[in-house]
This record gives sequence, C-alpha cells and structure tokens, in this order.
Amino acid sequence: MTILDKSITEIKKHPPQDVIEECYEQIEKWAKKTNAFITLIPKEVSAKKAKSATGPLAGVPFVMKDSYLTSNIRTTAGSSILASYISQYDATVYKKLISAGAILIGKMNMDAWGHGASTENTDFGPAKNPWDLTRVSGGSSGGPAIALATRTAAFAIGEDTGGSIRNPSAWCNLTGLKVTYGRVSRYGCIAYASSLDTVGPMAKTAEDCALVLEHIAGKDQYDATSSEAVVPQYSKELNKPVREVTLGWSDELLVDLDSEIAKPLVAARQKFVELGMKIKKISLPLLKYGVPLYYILAPSETSSNLARYDNVRFGSTRDKFTPESERRIMIGTHALSAGYYDAYYKRAQKIRTLFINNYQKALDQCDAIIMPVNPTIPPKIGELLDKPINNMIADYFTGTINLAGLPSLSLPCGFSKDNLPVGMQLVGQMFSEDLLLRIGHQYQQSTDWHRQKPKI
Amino acid sequence: MTYHPIIGLEVHVELRTASKMFCGCPANYFGKDPNTQNCPVCLGLPGALPVPNKKAVEWTIMLGIALGGKINQDSKFDRKNYFYPDLPKGYQISQYDEPVATGGKLMGIRIRRVHLEEDTGKLIHTEIDGEKVALVDFNRSGVPLVEIVTEPDFKTLDEVDLFLKKLQLIIRHLGISEADMEKGAMRIEPSISMQEDTIESLPNYRVELKNINSFRFARKALEFEIRRQTDMFTKGETPTQQTRGWSESKNETVAQREKEEANDYRYFPEPDIPPMKFSKTQVSEITSLTPELPDQKLARLGKEYDISSDLADRLIQSRLTSDLFEDLVQKSNVNVDFKNIDAPTIAKWLINHPPNTKSKLEDILREILESKPVSTLTPDDIDTLIGDALKTHPQTVTDFKKGKHAVVGFIIGSILSKTTSSIDRELLGKRIIVKLQSY
Repeated sequence: MTILDKSITEIKKHPPQDVIEECYEQIEKWAKKTNAFITLIPKEVSAKKAKSATGPLAGVPFVMKDSYLTSNIRTTAGSSILASYISQYDATVYKKLISAGAILIGKMNMDAWGHGASTENTDFGPAKNPWDLTRVSGGSSGGPAIALATRTAAFAIGEDTGGSIRNPSAWCNLTGLKVTYGRVSRYGCIAYASSLDTVGPMAKTAEDCALVLEHIAGKDQYDATSSEAVVPQYSKELNKPVREVTLGWSDELLVDLDSEIAKPLVAARQKFVELGMKIKKISLPLLKYGVPLYYILAPSETSSNLARYDNVRFGSTRDKFTPESERRIMIGTHALSAGYYDAYYKRAQKIRTLFINNYQKALDQCDAIIMPVNPTIPPKIGELLDKPINNMIADYFTGTINLAGLPSLSLPCGFSKDNLPVGMQLVGQMFSEDLLLRIGHQYQQSTDWHRQKPKI
Repeated sequence: MTYHPIIGLEVHVELRTASKMFCGCPANYFGKDPNTQNCPVCLGLPGALPVPNKKAVEWTIMLGIALGGKINQDSKFDRKNYFYPDLPKGYQISQYDEPVATGGKLMGIRIRRVHLEEDTGKLIHTEIDGEKVALVDFNRSGVPLVEIVTEPDFKTLDEVDLFLKKLQLIIRHLGISEADMEKGAMRIEPSISMQEDTIESLPNYRVELKNINSFRFARKALEFEIRRQTDMFTKGETPTQQTRGWSESKNETVAQREKEEANDYRYFPEPDIPPMKFSKTQVSEITSLTPELPDQKLARLGKEYDISSDLADRLIQSRLTSDLFEDLVQKSNVNVDFKNIDAPTIAKWLINHPPNTKSKLEDILREILESKPVSTLTPDDIDTLIGDALKTHPQTVTDFKKGKHAVVGFIIGSILSKTTSSIDRELLGKRIIVKLQSY
C-alpha cells in the first residue's frame, strides 16, 4: 500500500516531504493522461510548504476544483474567460484548510462555471476517467475526482450544485459529500446557482470526508447564507451504532434503471440490512419533474451570476463563453424576463416547495434515503457533448436534492461488468451529515469497493 | 385648452453608515482617491458575497416610520439585472416587491414606498492624451442608498420645493444622512406629465428627469418640461414616455432613452441574502430610538424657550445648531458666569456663527459674552430713549398712523446710533411699535 492509499489520519504519520514526493510521482504518471489539472502547483513550492507544515492537517496534500479563489494563484472556473485571472483573495474554505496546515497541490479541471456533468465542457481540454481513458470522469468536479482516484492527493474540495461532487465521485470510485445548504461557507466559491451551490469534501472514504468536514464547516461572517448550526465532531462519532437506523427505499427508482446501476444498488441495500439497519418503503413521486425544474432554476441564477464577467475589471471578453454556458445563460434570461417570469421562474420556485415537502414526507418515515447517483455508467468522451438533453438527464437523481438543500453522501457500491465504478447516495435531513457519514463509514468497514483503484 | 402638471418624485439618499451596504469598506467616499475603498464584494469579484449592513436596514425602517409609512413584516432584497460599466456585478441589489416600508404622507404628498439598495460606481468622462475616455471609480459602489418614491401628487413647483426641503430636513434630523445635493448624497429624479384641466385621470405617459443636482435645477428642469410638453399638446402632439437629462449648459432637458419597463430588469429574489422579518417589537424599538423630527422640535423649542417662532425655525434648519442651542441655554442657566445671556441672544449668535462641533460650550458662551456687552438699560430706560427719538422725529408718528411701518426701522437706527449700550433690536422694535400705537 502506498502512502496515498491510506486514510488522512495515517498519512499524517508520514513525514510531509515523503507524502509530497509520492504525490508528484503519481502526478507524473497520471496527470497528462487524464488532464485532471488546470494549474499544478510546482513541486518545489509544495515541498517547501511541507517542511514547515503545522496544524491538525499538517502536510496533508489536497486539490480544489478550480472554482475556488486562492490568493496569488490562478482561478479559472474551467473557462477561457478567466484563463489569466489571478485570485485577489482567499475563499473561506481554502483559508481554513491552509490554516490547518494542509498543502494545496493543484487547481482542478471542471466543466466551465459548473455547467456540466462530465468535465468535457471545459476550456482546458476534456478530463478522462482513469478507470477507462476513453470515458468521462463525470462532472463538474471531474478533476478533483481523478486526482483522488489516481492517488495524487489525500482529499479534495469539490462543489455540488446539481450533483457535481456526487456524479464524478460515483464514476471514479470515490466518496463525496454534498453538504446541507449553508453548512460550509460559499465565500470565495465562484457562484453557479447561489441557492443551490454547496462546498464539500471528496476523499477515498467517509472517514476522511468527516475529518475534512470538521475543518471546513461552520458559520462565516462573509456568507449570509451560512448556518449557525453547531458543527459536530464528525470524525469522532463514526462508530456510534447504526442498528435501528431506518433507510428509505423507493421501488419507483428501479423502474427503467440500467441494470448495471440497479444491481450494485440492490446489493448495497442488502448490506445495510446485514449491518442491522431497517428498510422502509417510501415514495418520491415528483422525481420525474426534477430535471426540468432544476434546468429552469439553476440557469436563471447562473444568468445573473455570470453577468459580472463583463471584461471591465478582469477577465476576457464575453465571446469566450462556450455553447453549454451560452445555452444556460439564454434559458435563464428567458425564464426571468418580462412575460415569462411568472410562468417559468416563479412557478418553478413553487414546485421547488413541493419537492421540499416531498422529501420531508419521505424523511419523516426514515432516517436517510437510498438513491442511485448516476442513471448510467460513465459515457464515452464526446457522447454527451452534442446531446444537451442527455447531459441534463445525468442529474436525474442528484439535482432535486440541491433544490431541497439536503445533504447527501455518495459512496462506491460496486462495479459494472466492464469494471467501471458505480455509486449510490444516502440522502438525509438537513444537518444530518453526522448520520450519513456514520452509515457510510460502517458500510465501508464491511465492503471494499472503495479500496479499489484504477490500474495505470 | 389648459393643462396642469402632474409630478412625482423619486429621491435617493446615501446613508452615512460607517460601512457600505454589503461589505465592510468605508461608506464615506467623498474626496477620496479613486478605487481606494474597495474589496472583493463591492468590486463584484468572482466568488464574493453580500452581507447586509444592519444599521442601514434600521435607519431605513426609521425613515419609513418618520414618513408615516407602514413597515412590512416581510421584506427582502432582489436583484435588478442590467449591464453598465459602473455596476460591477451586472446587477444591483435592491428591493422590488417587498420594500422595507410602504405608504406614508409628507406635506399632503403620499409616499408610495421607501426601500433600500446599493449605490453604483461612478463614471467620469474625460480626455487622456487627446483621447476621450470613460473612467470608473468604484469607491461609491456598494454605498447604502435609500429610495423614496412619491405618488404623482405634486401640482405646483412650490410644492416640490417645499417637500424636498422638508424631506432633507427630516433626514438630517434623523441623523441618517447629510443629504447634501452638492456631494451627491441626495439625488432627485422628478417625473412629470401634463394633463388637460378637464380630465382627472393620469395621462398614459410620463417623462423622468435625471442629472439634477440642486433644488434650483429641479425647478428649472420642471419649468422647462411644463413648457415643452404644453407646446407639444398645443401642436396636437403627445409627449412620449422617456427619460430626459437636464443640461446645465443648454438650460434645457435633453432626451436620453426610452423608459424601460420594470420587468426588463428581470427582478428575482436575491438568493445570497436570507429574507428579513421585522417584528412589531423591533419596529417599536426603532420608533422609540428615533430622534425628534423637525416639526416636533420646532413646536417644543417655541414652547420651552423664550424665542420667536422665526428664530426657532431658523435654528432647526440644522440639527447640530438646534442641539447646540439647547445645550448652551442649559449651560447658561447652570453656570453663574453666563446667566445674563438670554436664549434669543444664543439663538441669534448660532444662526450668524455656524457652530464648530469641536468647540466647548463654555468657550462659545464666553465668545458670546465678550461680543455683546450686557445691556444696563432697563425697560424704562429704553422707553425714555424711544420717547426722545419720537420727539426728535415727530413725523414718524404720523407716518406710522398712515401705515408706513418702515419708520420703525428708522427709529431703531436712530436710537442705536446714539447709544453706547447694546439693545436687542427685536425687543426695541416691539416696544417702539407699542409706543407708536399708543399715540
């Protein structure tokens, strides 16, 4: 086992210089093949930091989706518009991690502005799934997922607006946490859809996600939507009993579901039963309206959030926006404009409330809901790019969870017949990350899907 | 066919909070070097988020109450989306359908709403090396701005003038802004249409006027519009809905752009700021902390102090002056050195010598004492002087009876020139009139 195969707690026991050395060796092997990095921090810089690292995460290497502001280091959001943009301040999440001694080694490839589920809609070249380089890594936090799968970092900070942490985590065999809206500060995270964006950890295990979450969660004076809710010691509660936990299951989810996804999901359900948990039948009748709903609200907010990229104070000219982003800007502008606002945006917000109620009703009957993450195995590169509707449908199981602000933990739960990773998600009540991580951790104590890694 | 003007006002006032509306940068930007008071938030940098200024919200509530409005229990911010180089985010955080306050009345004019928003940066058009350029200064970007909108209730330009002066005075007494038009802390955008005198309803167009930076120009611009619009009607033309800018150099209004309908701004609730709820308790607390309004102060000064209503009115034109007046009178009553300085003397002194906030009360009183020797004349002495003056100038008595009241001034002058004692002019005038009336 290499150093980076280990948990964060174990990695910390190694001299930071050795850890960094291994990171960069892995980068040598994998980076060009997978195109995971947009900005790679030079080895000398990381090695220097390793020498003087102090704090609870001292010397632990991490990467961030390139949507986070990091002083004096370029932040591009995956778009040519910011290809030369040097961050002028630190994102709160970044500040917290480097204060804890963690070492940033790269800013990672992503679908530009978060617009996509495959990291193909990037202006820095498509990212490739290390499990099969002809296939997509998922998105929009594809780069971070690849970095973890190829053992070039110990953890990553992704960003999830409609599935962007969970989707690539599932397709690259990682554990990704979409937090409750407001759990982690969004200050310094380039906004896609302000009422949906969440900042979250990605790692090999739920245990590692828990450790990172402890350091990044909490109220921030610079983010008015960040929550005052107490931050539990997530990593200390992972072994509390999960017997008597009830998991919700809806058979509707299996209807028309690709068997490659359904099989591992059903097996996971069985595993939960073996661990002593109960299964309760629940219903999610509105799910089929999720994609259209998401694709009215998210583009509406993005059409406004992207207005600041006007070439006046920074960034390139607006002709550098690419088709997927232009599409979303236009849809959003249309949905908000005179004569259409009531029929689209306003109505969508009302339906959003129905979804919130729907999930609440389901969660009244169970502690967490088991759901698939992606409806398919990772497509071939190029397959989704000229099928915008298929691209949207990738968010079928993930998007509405953002609309309701709920947390969800994505876990590896098996492989397809072609040895491609399959993931599942556990969706809980707001601020129930502690429960989700606990269930995930104990699931991972009795399974080893998450330990698999792609062959070079 | 005769026409009458229908005028409404939109007034923007910059609040003098310490910080800007959504970030911690200093809100006072006047005279500062360009782009020296900025941060990621007010520059609209990627990833920045707005956090509302609590004081600004409280002051807006206070203003809403002072204007007789109702504070909405539910209020929120909305995004007003449009492109302009001085608008860094490409949208302005404002309020659309749930403003802080609705309704109210001032001098008979109905207030439609009072809401809170952020100011934009400033564009400066100039030439650099012979090339025409537009420069942007973002120091002003994000400064808290209160917007007061009236119903189109104004019928005359005098009404507009008096209303604006009153509004400015109220704002100054509340202490929420200096509301200086010269410094851009108060901006006026009147809207005007003309309607046939026989028709009651509102016409289907209105002209919004911009670039007005003084009460005087507001009047001039409105006068111009009244003439322009009336001329059009006379020729059988109907003025169109438009925005016109006042041109100081041309002394006229010039068409700018067709007025955009509200929906073109694609307003939607600001997702980065949770909606606000104003409880009754909160509102009563703010009401109880509201400083005395000018009208209340005027009435009280007239009652509590022995000064004329004219003097009181002049005192309240500045809150600093009226506050200082009361402090000085209190001090003079307490300190035996100054007990002979009466309230009218203090009032007149302050009116003629704009106060310096740094001066100590004793120093000011001493100054007053030294400039004005205490009169040793008794009322009887004064009557004697008057009697003498009237004997010397008997014509004044007959003139007064004929209605020529200007003779009072002549007699005052005559007395003051002959005496070394200092006599209160107003008091003297009153006694002269009493004497003349007794003849």
